[in-house]
Amino acid sequence: MTTMRQAFVRAVNDGIATDPRIAVVTAVISSNEFPQENERVVDVGIREQTMVGVASGLALAGLRPVVHSYAPFLVERPYEQIKLDIGHQDVGAVFVSIGASYDDPAWGRTHQSPGDVALFDTLPGWTVHVPGHPDEVTPLLQQALKDDDRVYVRLSLHENTHAHPVGEGFTTLRHGKRGVVLAVGPMLDRVLKAVESENADVTVLYAATVRPFDSDGLRKAVQDTDHADVMVVEPYLEGTSSHLVSETLQQIPHRVRSIGVKRHAELRNYGTAEDHDAAHDLDVVGLGSAVRSFFRG
Amino acid sequence: MQRIPELFARMTGDEKHEWAAASTIDVLWVLYDKVLNVTPAIVDDPDRDRFLLSKGHGPMAYYAVLAEKGFIDESTLDDWTSWDSPLGQHPDRVLVKGVEISSGSLGHGLPIAVGTAIGQRVAGSRGRTFVLVGDGELDEGSNHEAIAVASRLRVANLTAIVIDNQSAMYGWPGGIARRFAVEGWQTAEIDGRDHEAVFTALTAPHDRPYAVVAKIEKSR
Repeated sequence: MTTMRQAFVRAVNDGIATDPRIAVVTAVISSNEFPQENERVVDVGIREQTMVGVASGLALAGLRPVVHSYAPFLVERPYEQIKLDIGHQDVGAVFVSIGASYDDPAWGRTHQSPGDVALFDTLPGWTVHVPGHPDEVTPLLQQALKDDDRVYVRLSLHENTHAHPVGEGFTTLRHGKRGVVLAVGPMLDRVLKAVESENADVTVLYAATVRPFDSDGLRKAVQDTDHADVMVVEPYLEGTSSHLVSETLQQIPHRVRSIGVKRHAELRNYGTAEDHDAAHDLDVVGLGSAVRSFFRG
Repeated sequence: MQRIPELFARMTGDEKHEWAAASTIDVLWVLYDKVLNVTPAIVDDPDRDRFLLSKGHGPMAYYAVLAEKGFIDESTLDDWTSWDSPLGQHPDRVLVKGVEISSGSLGHGLPIAVGTAIGQRVAGSRGRTFVLVGDGELDEGSNHEAIAVASRLRVANLTAIVIDNQSAMYGWPGGIARRFAVEGWQTAEIDGRDHEAVFTALTAPHDRPYAVVAKIEKSR
């Protein structure tokens, strides 16, 4: 069984071997997965600000840097470096995180990053991929390595049973008339289970790429239903994409329910990812309850 | 160098004093006049030398030198910082030909410079990277990440110039050069107003990262 992280390592190592533009910058985490003897593979030690700065310099010199760490150390700690050294310098890079919102909650708050996508959302020009299966990681990364733009790939230990086609906007997995549920990345399987358990007559869209946001796809799905009611289920901070749903549907009266990792409190609990899913109502029971109450009548 | 006061005055309106007070002017002049292998004709040449102004605040001296060397049109100095001027209080590489990095927030240039220097090395280029930081700017911890890692990664084509006008809030006990030396950098300390000393220091051979601390008397 290949994990998303293994698929990422394989795609990047293939890139290093075949494309002289590809470089990798790490800060210890996962560095043993990449050929350290290659001069395009740079580990900077536990120095995340410099990790992003070095990636910027490599991009300025014409390389295509892949930057990788655990999500809070990749995104939150060097956030200003991402804003300035990548965005403001107008260079590209491929940022790839592991850890997601709470893949390993026994490690506590320091290793949780539910706000990563919201932070990238404050910066222009970033593509954000949230794959839901290892087989989606490979094509998304292969394309990202070829391009020159700014890409964030958010990997997780949690995944769906099946991969779905990626790179072409939202995928429709189920048609209904009562409204639309947009499931992002690893949320898909449990969204489908929740919808089925509630016998909800809703369309289910799947997104492995959330930025750019497929507004046309969402609008079309809403037009094919009898109610402009949209539930967005994201595996990170609740409401991260709700402004884009509102913008998409601004010409029609609509309702939006945003579901994700709750904002109201910091949980000082360890346990398992499943425990945290339950605490945030992101398990099948919680999602079923949300589907039942939102799509009522 | 003779035209610098005049070019400065197009931004500040004062020919007499402000240019001379700029702590970076002498180092910038020697760099662009005698040291850097970069001209307006080769700003996109991958083998050019790269100069990264990390201390982007107070960029008048930089703009004056870029204008005198033909990277930017002198007339752009007259309405700098206006709405559609390419010249702001901090330089933007997207707007100004020859500006290698956009700066302003302190502590970004040195880590980026480690990256450009490694990029030059990967490309087998003869190009070198020079980065200018201020002694106050060195307070930012990101610099100390970069100082350590540049030496560990043996980035020999990198020169950091520290303009030391004693701006650091709490100073650097034992001296700034020692801070670099302890991490394995080659170092030099010079009078940042003495063009001959600046030239000699900036053209000295080095087989590891190199820090040149250019001291500027604050009272001037």
